Amino acid sequence: MAMELDVFVGNTTIMDEEVYQLWLDGYTVSDAVKVRMEGGVMEECEASADVLLSDTMDQYRTFQMCERLLYSPAKLANQLLFQIPPHRQAILIERYYAFDDAFVREVLGKKLSKGTKKDLDDISAKTNVTLKSCRRQFDNFKRVFKVVEELKGPLVENIRQHFLLSDKLARDYAAIVFFANNRFETGKRKLQYLTFQDFAFCAGQLINNWTVGAVGEQIPTDHQRSFRFYMDVDLDKEFLQELKELKILITDKDLLDQHKSLVCTALRGKTKAFNEMEANFKNLSRGLVNIAAKLTNTKDVRDFFIDLVEKFIEPCRSDRWTAADMKLYLTHYTNSAHILDTFKHQVVWDRYMGVIKSCIFKMFHD
Amino acid sequence: MPGKLKAKIVAGRHLPVMDRASDLTDAFVEVKFGNTTFKTDVCPKSLNPQWNSEWFKFEVDDEDLQDEPLQVTVLDHDTYSANDAIGKVYIDIDPLLCNEAASVISGWFPIYDTIHGIRGEINVLVKVELFNDLNRFRQSSCGVKFFCTTSIPRCYRAAMVHGFVEELVVNEDPEYQWIDRIRTPRASNEARQRLISLMSGELQRKIGLKVLEMGGNAVVGYLQCFDLEGESGLVVRAIGTACTLDKLSSGSAPNTATHTHPNTAPASNACNSPSKDGKEPVFGEDLLSSSGPPTPFRALPTSSSSPPPLSPSKPCSRQSSSSDTDLSLTPKTGMGSGGSAGKEAGPLKTLLRQQTQTALEQRGASSSGLLLNAREFPFFTLTSFPPGFLVHVGGVVSARSVKLLDRIHNPALGNTRSYKLLDWNSVTADEPETRDAWWEEIRQEIKSHAKALGCHAVVGYSESTSICEEVCILSASGTAAILNPRYMREGCLDIGIVDHRFEDPSPPSCGFCHIPYDELNMPFPTQLTYCYHCRRQKVPDVLFTTIDLPPEAAVTGKGCLIQARLCRLKKKAQGEVNATAISNLLPFMEYELHTQLMNKLKLRSMNALFGLRIQISIGENMLLGLASATGVYLTALPAPGGIQIAGKTPGDLSNEHHILTIQKRINDTIAKNKEIYQINPPKLFALDPEVFCGTNMELTEEVVGSPIPEPRQRSRLFRSHSESSDEVSELDLSHGKKDAFVLEIDDTDAVEDIHSLLTDATIPTGFNSCNTEIMPGIYNWTSAVQMFTSVRVFRLSNANLTNQGLNKIFTDLCENLLKSFYFKLRSMIPCCLCHLNFTVAVPEEELIQVAVTAVAMTYDKDQTQEKPAEKPITKGCIETEEQLQFPMELCADSSSTNTQLSSKISVSSLERSSPVPDGRSRSLRSTRGFGGSSVTVVKMTPLSFLPGTRIIKYLGIINMFFIRETTSLREEGGVSGFLHSFIAEVFAMVRAHVAALGGNAVVSYSMKECVFMENPNKNQAQCLINVSGDAVICVRETDQEPVPSNIGQTCTSETDGAT
Repeated sequence: MAMELDVFVGNTTIMDEEVYQLWLDGYTVSDAVKVRMEGGVMEECEASADVLLSDTMDQYRTFQMCERLLYSPAKLANQLLFQIPPHRQAILIERYYAFDDAFVREVLGKKLSKGTKKDLDDISAKTNVTLKSCRRQFDNFKRVFKVVEELKGPLVENIRQHFLLSDKLARDYAAIVFFANNRFETGKRKLQYLTFQDFAFCAGQLINNWTVGAVGEQIPTDHQRSFRFYMDVDLDKEFLQELKELKILITDKDLLDQHKSLVCTALRGKTKAFNEMEANFKNLSRGLVNIAAKLTNTKDVRDFFIDLVEKFIEPCRSDRWTAADMKLYLTHYTNSAHILDTFKHQVVWDRYMGVIKSCIFKMFHD
Repeated sequence: MPGKLKAKIVAGRHLPVMDRASDLTDAFVEVKFGNTTFKTDVCPKSLNPQWNSEWFKFEVDDEDLQDEPLQVTVLDHDTYSANDAIGKVYIDIDPLLCNEAASVISGWFPIYDTIHGIRGEINVLVKVELFNDLNRFRQSSCGVKFFCTTSIPRCYRAAMVHGFVEELVVNEDPEYQWIDRIRTPRASNEARQRLISLMSGELQRKIGLKVLEMGGNAVVGYLQCFDLEGESGLVVRAIGTACTLDKLSSGSAPNTATHTHPNTAPASNACNSPSKDGKEPVFGEDLLSSSGPPTPFRALPTSSSSPPPLSPSKPCSRQSSSSDTDLSLTPKTGMGSGGSAGKEAGPLKTLLRQQTQTALEQRGASSSGLLLNAREFPFFTLTSFPPGFLVHVGGVVSARSVKLLDRIHNPALGNTRSYKLLDWNSVTADEPETRDAWWEEIRQEIKSHAKALGCHAVVGYSESTSICEEVCILSASGTAAILNPRYMREGCLDIGIVDHRFEDPSPPSCGFCHIPYDELNMPFPTQLTYCYHCRRQKVPDVLFTTIDLPPEAAVTGKGCLIQARLCRLKKKAQGEVNATAISNLLPFMEYELHTQLMNKLKLRSMNALFGLRIQISIGENMLLGLASATGVYLTALPAPGGIQIAGKTPGDLSNEHHILTIQKRINDTIAKNKEIYQINPPKLFALDPEVFCGTNMELTEEVVGSPIPEPRQRSRLFRSHSESSDEVSELDLSHGKKDAFVLEIDDTDAVEDIHSLLTDATIPTGFNSCNTEIMPGIYNWTSAVQMFTSVRVFRLSNANLTNQGLNKIFTDLCENLLKSFYFKLRSMIPCCLCHLNFTVAVPEEELIQVAVTAVAMTYDKDQTQEKPAEKPITKGCIETEEQLQFPMELCADSSSTNTQLSSKISVSSLERSSPVPDGRSRSLRSTRGFGGSSVTVVKMTPLSFLPGTRIIKYLGIINMFFIRETTSLREEGGVSGFLHSFIAEVFAMVRAHVAALGGNAVVSYSMKECVFMENPNKNQAQCLINVSGDAVICVRETDQEPVPSNIGQTCTSETDGAT
């Protein structure tokens, strides 16, 4: 029976989680009805297709009306229009801000601009995520980005407070924001094997160690730039400057040799790949230190991950290192630098290598 | 100057962006009461302004306090152009005028705009200082409490029930004033909202005055309705039951003085001593001797109250009964042609007069009906009663009248507020056919019907209208009953007849079923048997009522919702022709609805209907009839017979085979339904169903067994038996009942009937449904509650539809709605849909609109099978007595039964008060305070209680009227999107007002009106919604220690609730 008008409104807003997911996934009403029919919900309550259609329409309308509130989730808790039990509010928000890894992988590090939005149909075709869902996810990224971009304080905490997200989701968003802000290149073919979670982990490392917020610096030195200095969406510029000092490790021949012998002594007999490590030491060390030295250039910051892969991970992989080899090598590589008596930049070195180590571990897939 | 109203504007939040340039708003607030306006400062460039204003003080009459709402308007300041309105909040301050209700209004209110809907929220604080001057109650009636609840509210006891109060006020509809052509839709909507708010306030005040006059302090079962009569105006009318209520916690002694009526009257064999018509003049005397304060009519000549019992009602005798009102039942009501009675065709008029008169004569009640003073209608809007109140129930009485609307003449509007009070008939004297007189006629009719059933009162009384263009159907219905007069103010009831009746110690579990009328002089043919419960008195075979099932009633199995649905096409016509056509259709519709109800009742093997509500709606080219009721098997009544199918042409073998198959299906369905509803009547008293059925068969065959080729003839047959006049038809159509047993298969209508009988979908397992407060057979509610409103509009696409086709569509529409509910609420299983209230309308020529409001409540499956056991009788009894809402002495004459009853109740309440596992329930309460939300959870229910909770305070009545309009229908998601958000907004505003009063729930919530109009071509739509209810504070039963008072109160709540 086709209705001219058909509404059902509960004092407590009724929401079916399954339908919500279908809505989020961008299904049309008729597609959603099909999916639900196949799911066997009809037998559950002797319902007919009409009933299912009417119910789906109702729920879709409810979600559409709620969507406006979900843009700023804090409003959901003190709005008066819908009476939604708090635990359901939490589900609504969490699900609304959830995203598909396949989709986020495509836009990670891209500028969250109109241009990117125009490409969403290609992404949709590629990832098999509906365009509607892509738009929602993209808009979510953009919205979160806009809100936290200019906020002081820790990024993850800001996201969690403003969007009432779970810790895990807030961290993921922090990663997305961080990547978008620094425009890290993630789309190159060589990086295709990396998952969003790999990048999210790396982002977490960078945020926690390489930003201004990470050092706990609270008083801005420069008033005009204080706005930016408080935040941990940007890398710590002073730190990046200091990284140039590390160049001495490869430019000073003595230091380089000394470093190599220290590492080789420690590694000898502990790994099958020792010979390759010894042979490649200078190359690898140059690679890592050069990455550090170049980070003052925005362009090179963008290529940070591709550089890691090209300069370090790929050579190691071609030498058939195992993950354990990698761990062993990097541990000794880092620690040995402390023993070098002429090397004065221990603090910067640790801050740099700590992040590099965990990123490489994460990015080195066996 | 007896009142000072103070208001403070604290803050706003989530305001809309009014300045596109800055994406911000420069908001300020105007606070208006009466003609005084205050303004706050402008809070520049903020969507969350903090005004924190001073206290704005209004010094006003309490009369104004009652009539006027506080009007809060939020505006955007604009330096160069006019300030833009963001929206408004109307705050009804009535709850603050009663010291027992709320003391302050404080909270966030949605800012509402009739074009844009809710636009942000505003925090307002309102207080009232009343300078109490007790002798000043002349124009105002501050302090009278109003309740929508149709039972004695929890936490009160009724010291006395005074009786019926009614009032109506009329005005021109702003939408139809000339000025509407030049003002914006917003201005027009706001004018309307404001006017209706004013009129409701005025109406409530006037009703309050009447109550004070009667010596009462409260109105229970307050039912207020709007009639949007279009060009001819706007009517706001209300009825209610005046009571004197004592707050239970105060522990005050019951007002016993009024109950000293001697109960030592000789106890004759009550039920067998009939109330003869000859006795009725006693009533008149009684009335005259009554000491009730109000009646300005007391001085009426006594002579008028005793015309010969069976004299036909002539205009002269009528006029003598009421000096001012022309109460003529016959000629004027004939066609109800408004002020144009003179234009009526002569012959038609005479015909109508004759019909009416014969009808009245047949009934033999006309004379006595007119004896009563017009004002003294022994009507009660209550649907459930304290134990011992209801003595016998006669059956449903109803009356309908078709009227032609004409412009309302209302000379007294505006300046002289109390025109009705001073001489309530002064207006009607000028213009005899005003709405007052119309209702007066209907009420008279109802009263005489009740008399015919040997009853002196009408309970579960309600009134309604259906308007289409200039034709209006006025309907009233109720249940004829005999009440225990000791609860009543003297003179309010016809005590003469009943004095001896209630002495009869008939057990409460069946007493109300015993016939109140004379066995030898029955008002309609019915089958009487001795009561299956007590075996002492006669009971009818079927009982229809508009009230809730009395809690003490003995019921077998469970109940269920039974609906009869009907569509009838009608030619398009204008004016009187149209009215005549409608009048002619009405009796047929009532008859068919009745037949359907009876068949469906039998199909479910049940024998009684409660909460019967028959709605007939007019459209331009059709009439819709919808009867809803809750069927039950009353143990006291005989088992219903089956349904027999009879063929017209015997000997036709194929036909006979067909009949046999159908018969088998019917029998199977009955057997299946018996199982579903667990109807296993005690064998002890049950007659052999075969025999019972057989006798019925014979009887019916005499009546309708003869071939009736056309539906038309069949109807005519009924008509000749019918007592109903053309425009006012009575619902006790039981004379037509017998053919309900036999369905003529060759009759196309009958085929349709059978079809619809068998196609009524069964309820999915885990669900129950009823339209009464509580489902008979379910006693252990858990706390999860989901109130909902659903609206569907169906557009008839096929231009040339038949009646059958329409019926099918209409039936499917209702059935699909129910199915949809079951599906949506499946997560609440096991659950019961209670108080399913269907409202049908024909908003436009090809549209059928059905609106439903109901509540789904979960229950504990394990205990549904039987009523709670009767274990700790003594304990329960004592505790109950202590806290009974009614003074114990009132029930003294039936103490034994009362003991039984109360024990039952208290046990069940004890069980219920045990902690309920909240895990499965969707209860909001269980998750309250979660996440630090600042919004109070407000539960809503159309019932008078919330399961698992105890109402500790009534904060006042909620009565709100909203208009929403859009000129961008498509952008708002079409008609569904538009209405969906509007209903959600209405809920939100109700909740906000309740929360601001300090409440956490609305009980007895109802959506009185939902008028939806659309013009998709212009991308426009408009909707009007009127809702009402009682704001309350309730606490969890388990939050309290199980002290006796707690149990007592839950008892009483159960008493009311279970009905």
